[in-house]
Amino acid sequence: MNFELTEDQTMMRAMVRKFAEEQCLPGLEERDENEEFSRELFDQMGELGLTGIVFPEEYGGVDGDYISYAIAVEELSRVDASVGVTLSAHVSLGSFPIYKFGTHEQKLKYLKPLAEGKALGAFGLTEPMAGSDASGTRTMYVADGDSWVLNGSKIFITNAYYADTYVIFAQSDRSKGHRGISAFIVEKGTPGFTFGQKLKKLGIRSSATYELIFEDCRIPKENLLGEEGQGFKIAMKTLDGGRIGIASQALGIAQGAYEAAVKYAKERVQFGKPIAEQQNTQFVLADMATQIEAARLLIYQAGYLDSAGKPYGKQSAMAKLYASEVAMWVTTKAVQIFGGYGYSREYPVERMMRDAKITEIYEGTSEVQRVVISAALLKEF
Amino acid sequence: MNIVVLVKQVFDTEAKIVLSGNTQINADGVTQIMNPYDENAVEEALLLKERLGGEIIVVSMGTQKTVEPTLRTALAMGADRAVLVDDPALEGADQYTAAQALAKAISTQNYDLILSGKVAIDDQSSQVPARVAEILGIPHVNVATKIDVQGDKAIVTREIDGGIEIIETPLPAVITAQKSLNDPRYPSVPGIMKAKKKELKALSLADLSLSAEDVAAKMTVLEYSLPPGRQAGRLIPGDPAQAAAELASLLHSEAKII
Repeated sequence: MNFELTEDQTMMRAMVRKFAEEQCLPGLEERDENEEFSRELFDQMGELGLTGIVFPEEYGGVDGDYISYAIAVEELSRVDASVGVTLSAHVSLGSFPIYKFGTHEQKLKYLKPLAEGKALGAFGLTEPMAGSDASGTRTMYVADGDSWVLNGSKIFITNAYYADTYVIFAQSDRSKGHRGISAFIVEKGTPGFTFGQKLKKLGIRSSATYELIFEDCRIPKENLLGEEGQGFKIAMKTLDGGRIGIASQALGIAQGAYEAAVKYAKERVQFGKPIAEQQNTQFVLADMATQIEAARLLIYQAGYLDSAGKPYGKQSAMAKLYASEVAMWVTTKAVQIFGGYGYSREYPVERMMRDAKITEIYEGTSEVQRVVISAALLKEF
Repeated sequence: MNIVVLVKQVFDTEAKIVLSGNTQINADGVTQIMNPYDENAVEEALLLKERLGGEIIVVSMGTQKTVEPTLRTALAMGADRAVLVDDPALEGADQYTAAQALAKAISTQNYDLILSGKVAIDDQSSQVPARVAEILGIPHVNVATKIDVQGDKAIVTREIDGGIEIIETPLPAVITAQKSLNDPRYPSVPGIMKAKKKELKALSLADLSLSAEDVAAKMTVLEYSLPPGRQAGRLIPGDPAQAAAELASLLHSEAKII
């Protein structure tokens, strides 16, 4: 058993850290304040090959591994969790289902530009009545000649509006429940496909989140992803992998808040000495560091299993559950260490705390992760 | 056009410096990076190669364990191969040692231009590129902000006090990079994955037909010391006009800055 990163992974971490500090940090506060998405940062990530880490060279990727991908999302999120989730949603949600379930032609047409970072991807599953319960999907599709026709709407869609390629889930017959769901690839600009409200958010404010609206949206027959009725399975498989991305995002947020807290604790003098010399502060920092390290190991374990082609659904759920709760705890404690300054927008920890909360909610709430984990472990006995 | 780029690994700019005794800096657990000015030199080599073709060879000195990440970073940025002078006799090297060993290693290569950073941010001696040029008997131009290669000569713009100077030099020459020369690229993910397959050749002094005496250091470090810790600020109380007068006098007599 080897706990050391490979040379490639170490270099990747150094590169992404540098990119995040030099390119994502400037303007970060303004982007958060103005809820401003940066397509330019995404384009730069594409040029660096970050969008294609886990995909094969044949389809524009670089044949890398899931631990490298996790490191990339972690390092981005350590500085800017909005950029982190942009990459995670693009790779794990927008691109992965096409890689896993697409035909060769679909991969050449859609996956290649996604992996090369020339197109931005998004994933449309969630609806007002279908959150954790995907079988509540009410977006409907019908076959009509050589087309599919979609009607309905999606909410909370990350990367939407800016994204070029969307994986959309729709229902053929509501009485069929999740067996009636199919997945489709829909291009931005398709007639009948428009965007609704931009969501105003607590955190990850510079990631784009929009409603999608389908009104007699006609897409070609060949844009069915996988087989008809396979949509639910595609969604669940995709979310299994997506958890590694969100867990890494949570880890990065926690790491950033922890580093800020240590630095501040050594500088802030109260009662005649830095607060880092108070045992109370020391114990909080020790707990932060320990939990962050445990989360990191869970994530890398899930990444290893994924890259090795072994089952990883339970581990990725554990990693996502644990890392997101660590992120929330660490950022809350970081704000506490900063005291009144921590509550102010002059310091970064309040943003980190706002950013952390979503990691307990999207791509499966903490409650859903516990369902996934317990269902898996009860089968093992 | 074949270009040699001299690179050095240095402590990360945020590294906490710890001394072991008076004459040694403790490198345990310190993150090492490529000297930032050397990144500019690598970038310039890549830009020249994009325009003129040829090969980029990065050259460094030190133990493979310490220096390999820096060389691999240069390879990941796009350099073609690396040469490292690694020999136990180089322990305790000074600038003379480094220049002798590096010049010999470079002389085994086919080169039209040698680039490096204008200074290494650790010891800040700025000596090695100039010494290498001297040993190789070629011109040396430092602090370049623009390099325009025209056939077998280069027009180099360099910073001087209060202005710029434009110099023409025949090639080969050693030219050192100022920060504003260019904007170094990040190594890309495919670049990182290709870097480990590129050649990294480690040469001992014997491989270069050098003896330990040939490169023996001329200087000895007597002592390293850390700068004094930051002092707390001082408040000058009282009437603003009087306090300002006292501040001015203290800045003159005590701090000696006005």
